[in-house]
Amino acid sequence: MSAVSVTGLRKSYGAYEALRGIDFTIEPGEVFGLLGPNGAGKTTTVEILEGYRARNAGTVDVLGIDPQQSGSAWRERIGVMLQSSSLYPNLTPRESLQVFAGYYAKPRDVDEVVEIVGLAEKADDRVRTLSGGQKRRLDLALALVGDPELVFLDEPTTGFDPGARRTAWDTVRNLRALGKTILLTTHYLDEAEQLADRVAVLRDGVIVREGSPAELTGGIVETEIRFRRGGEDVVEHTKDATRRLHELTAEALARGEELEQLEVRRPTLEDVYLELTAE
Amino acid sequence: MHELRTEQVLFWRNREAAFFTFFLPVIFFLVFGSIYGNSTITKEHLRAAPFLEAGMIGYGVASTAFAGLAITMVIRRESGVLKRVRATPLPPWTYLLAVLVSTFITFLVEAVLLIVLGRVLFSVAVPTRPLSLFVALVIGAGAFAAMGLGLTSVVRSAEGSSAVVNFVYLPMAIISGTFFTPKEYPAFLRVIADVLPLTYFTKLTRDVMVRHHHLWSESGSVGVVLLWGVVGIAAAIRGFRWQPRES
Repeated sequence: MSAVSVTGLRKSYGAYEALRGIDFTIEPGEVFGLLGPNGAGKTTTVEILEGYRARNAGTVDVLGIDPQQSGSAWRERIGVMLQSSSLYPNLTPRESLQVFAGYYAKPRDVDEVVEIVGLAEKADDRVRTLSGGQKRRLDLALALVGDPELVFLDEPTTGFDPGARRTAWDTVRNLRALGKTILLTTHYLDEAEQLADRVAVLRDGVIVREGSPAELTGGIVETEIRFRRGGEDVVEHTKDATRRLHELTAEALARGEELEQLEVRRPTLEDVYLELTAE
Repeated sequence: MHELRTEQVLFWRNREAAFFTFFLPVIFFLVFGSIYGNSTITKEHLRAAPFLEAGMIGYGVASTAFAGLAITMVIRRESGVLKRVRATPLPPWTYLLAVLVSTFITFLVEAVLLIVLGRVLFSVAVPTRPLSLFVALVIGAGAFAAMGLGLTSVVRSAEGSSAVVNFVYLPMAIISGTFFTPKEYPAFLRVIADVLPLTYFTKLTRDVMVRHHHLWSESGSVGVVLLWGVVGIAAAIRGFRWQPRES
């Protein structure tokens, strides 16, 4: 059975349609990335799955239960990291984790969770003295402390420096290795590419593309070849990169020229994303 | 219990709030007690100090259970803490109950502190009706906490919370006569005072502490306080939110 299954999900705020009928499923143990620009409906989707918001139409099943009818037993099994930080400023990270651990029947060890998110050095400082990125790491830790099966991460690395992002990514990979199911929203494409088994691109309340990052980028068949020749930049797009590259290099060798700054680039998820979300 | 302990830690860690809601009544008691504690209220031949002590307990319920609780809950709502707690297995009612009991404990500590200070500094006798007083404090804290939770629904932002709450509770504390007796106020103020819950709660504490009445002989005042409590509960049920307003 799927961990999450959504069909025909619709949500309106007044006359504004935030979600116009979306469908997707997440299998147990999968990392599913929900990608899209601001206002696409990512947070609305996640908050419906978390049980915060009521839907207008469609069916939603999260761990076998409709979130609108969920109870304590169901919340034991999910972990939530909201889009904005939600912490007690006057507790320390360790205390915050102890408080939240107390809400669960079988929590993880607090020291271990502190370690996992890389907050060991700050564990006993007041939360209000932490940086934005450190607060987000505590939000992440709070989502993990109940040892949930399914974790919702709403833009988990927004505001992180590159090092902290790598650490957070490793944390997500470790969770995946433990068999956790993860729903991740992000507008960082490399993040989705690095972490997600499958990605759905959301735009204006509709899923415009869904698949593994490789499948999505595979949709664009042209490879880009760039180099400098005679002081000018040359950019070519080709469907047959092997042959074209061979021709170019053979030509250059025959003439005794150098193909300066030669670069062969497969389309990244970013290219696909920009193409899909372009107005 | 776990949550109750957390709530107490949270309250005392927040120095501004602890000062504002807990120590302000104590400080006012010390200041006004020094100024006119030994003068006599002519009508009843009472010293002013015991009268002020009972009044400051009234002021304490307004600052701790009403104003302090309302501001704390608005800040937690707007910072997303309440929303986050809702995603845990902790039942919402358990959370609210812990918040309310913690508020009551804080208020009780404050009342005891006021009584001790009154005894030591101003030679005010220890209340002779402790059970009546305790029940009165429970009723008052419950009613004002309900009103505090109800008030959170009209406050839209964390920044606005102290402004709105002070706007309601400071005039109430003065008009209701927690510092001075409202009997000598001009008529229009007395009309307002006559409907305010704090007037009746302060009357209760004074009847029990100063005039040694039993609580059950003051059913009128108890009734008005409870009635306001019911209004507060109704407002809280209608308007209390766990999340910031959706934009």
